[in-house]
This record gives sequence, C-alpha cells and structure tokens, in this order.
Amino acid sequence: MSEIPKKEDVEYWRWQEYHRVFSEKKWKDKDIITAGVDVGSVGSKAVIMLDGEVYSWGVMRTGSNSPDSAKKALNWAMEETGLRVEDIKYIVGTGYGRVNVPMANKAITEIACHAKGANYIWGSTVRTVLDVGGQDIKAIHCDETGRVTSFLMNDKCAAGTGRGMEVFADLLKIPIEKIGEVSLEVEEEPPPVSCTCVAFAKTEAMGLLRKGWSKEKVLAAYTHAMAIRMGNLIKRVGLEKEFVITGGQSKNIGIVSRIEKTLGVKCLPMPDWRENGLDPMIAGAIGAALFAKALYTKQHKS
Amino acid sequence: MVIITHYGYSDGSGEYYIVIDAEKCNGCGECVKKCPQSALELVSMFIDLEDKTVSAVTERQRKNIKYACSPCKPENGRAPCVLACNQKAIWCVWNPR
Repeated sequence: MSEIPKKEDVEYWRWQEYHRVFSEKKWKDKDIITAGVDVGSVGSKAVIMLDGEVYSWGVMRTGSNSPDSAKKALNWAMEETGLRVEDIKYIVGTGYGRVNVPMANKAITEIACHAKGANYIWGSTVRTVLDVGGQDIKAIHCDETGRVTSFLMNDKCAAGTGRGMEVFADLLKIPIEKIGEVSLEVEEEPPPVSCTCVAFAKTEAMGLLRKGWSKEKVLAAYTHAMAIRMGNLIKRVGLEKEFVITGGQSKNIGIVSRIEKTLGVKCLPMPDWRENGLDPMIAGAIGAALFAKALYTKQHKS
Repeated sequence: MVIITHYGYSDGSGEYYIVIDAEKCNGCGECVKKCPQSALELVSMFIDLEDKTVSAVTERQRKNIKYACSPCKPENGRAPCVLACNQKAIWCVWNPR
C-alpha cells in the first residue's frame, strides 16, 4: 500500500499573539494598579493600568478553557514587568467568558467596556462603536464620557465575524493578516455573496471558485456581503460621527474600507498599534481596567 | 440619558427587534413571567458604576429570536411581554420586507 502524502499543515487562520509594555512607566510608585481581562470567543486580551493609564497589555488566542485563557492573557500582559497578580488592586473580567475569569473582582458586560475603551483610545468625540468580535457583532452608541446610550447585539450567528474570516482564510489559503488587502485586489467590486451564514457562504464560495472566480474576487464578494450586514446594524442604533471599529476585524482593511463606503463615513484613524499606539482589539480590556479603577476608588472612598 | 438595547435580526424576511429601555425598566420581572417562550430573564446591567436589575433576552435565545419570537409576531406590538410592562420599557419592532 502506498503511503498517502501528508498534507501540508499550514494554519492560515492563525494570527499573531503579542504583548507590549510601556517600560518608560514605572509601576512601583503608582497608587492604583488595575487590570481588565477580556475573554472573547477567539481572542483573550488583558490590560494593566497604572492610575488609569495603560501600562502593558497582552493579546492571545482563547483556548478551550476560559479560566485558563484568562490567566494566560493576564500573565502575558505582566511579562517583563515584574508585577505579580497580588500587586493588582482590582481586576474586572469582561467578554464572552467574563464569568470564567477566576481572579476577577467583578464581571461587567463587554458592551459597557468597549464604549469606555473606545472613549479612552480615540477620545471623547467617539459616538458610534462597531465591535466586530470573534463570534458576534455589536453596534454601540455612546456619549462623550463613553457611557452606552444604545446598543444592538447581532443576529443569529457568526456570519461576518472574526471566526467567519478565519474559515475563509483557511478555505482560500490566505494568511488571516493578509485577508483584507487581498480582498481589495480586484479591479471591480463583485456583487456580494447571497448567504451570510458562514457554512453556506463557504459552499457558495467553493461554487464561485469552480466557476473560475479568482480567490481575490471570492473574498471581495464575501467581505462585501459582511460590510453591508454590519452597515445595517449600525444604522439601527443610529450612526453618528465620530465612528470607530474595535475588535479583531478593525485590522481587516477590506472590511473597514467597505463599511466606510456602505455608510458614507470615514472611521477615525486607527492608532498605530505596531508602534506606540493602542490596539483597537484591546478596547474592551481597557474599558474593564478603567472600570476597575473607578470601582476600586469608589470602594475606598466610603 | 437612556440605555436602549436591541435584540433581534435583519434578513431577507425583514427586520425584527425586541427593544428594552434599561432606564425605564424597573426589573419587576412581569415580562419574564408572561413570555410564552421563556426568552426573557432578569440580568444585572452595569450602569454608572452601579448594578441594576433589568430584563433582557436570555443568552440562549439571543441568536434564536427569529424562531423564539415567531409565535407572538402576528400580535405586532401587542406581544405578551409588551402588554405586561407597566413602565413601557419593552417594545417590538417588526418591519417585514
């Protein structure tokens, strides 16, 4: 019996995990050290704050075990800082797995945290936040303090979310970080795919590939459909400038540019997270760490 | 200031949302009792550094509203949950396409 050749095992959906420490800041002389841990369905994020200023953060994939992912993300954020969990005065857990953050003093819904975090990253002018997470989409409207005024949870399924994009990266064999750029490499924007369901969209995509469509064109059609869908969600909560996108898909230029086109508005520019900016993926964890500080202060006033 | 939550979907058939105003809602739980599909529950919502008990669509039914709410949809605005609320804190939006 001849040996079946082993399939090349490249995981196109796997994105880079990373962490950052603002080492010019020193935690030893700070009063209130707080942390926010955002356990999402795909990514786990942790942020450590010194007196309400971001000090360090870590982003990694969520494993099958939420408490474990929460611990790992927090340890990742504390790496190279010399901090220990005991040094952190108050920890807020948020995200899909928020009730499973063992070291958290409190769990808060991610809606409140994302609005607060977007307010911290982009400033008080932010009014509309679209969070495109691993398995759902949330459209949030907030006031100048980052307080939620209206929000909308997405419908039904994982269509158009980070996980849906991972499925497409795998199907088309395009690294996930490149997927946005590739989707823009079309001369003419194809009509959107008709199915929003990830499973059906995958079948539809395979049909298009067989029909002779290029990878780029298929990806463009899928991304286009997702952008229209997200645009509709935002219209429901009331689109108001300034508008920002948080979550993993904020890095997908294919999604971002198409949403902008659908809605006819420009997003506020994304901070350069590779340099010294703050990653829009950690908005929820930033919000959680800010609430942690506010709650700690409140507790110690009375 | 109001905090309004929309739970629902929009697809080829139209758009449907259950809308809950967290400021008006007093957490009495009447809508939870009246919902024939057990799609509602009382949850704790974090508003202005306080936890407030308000009504919400259950986590389990959140992505299933199309089916969970379909028996009440013909009532159009007179669904049991809407009628149960003295505070007028919950309503339905149904725009068939």
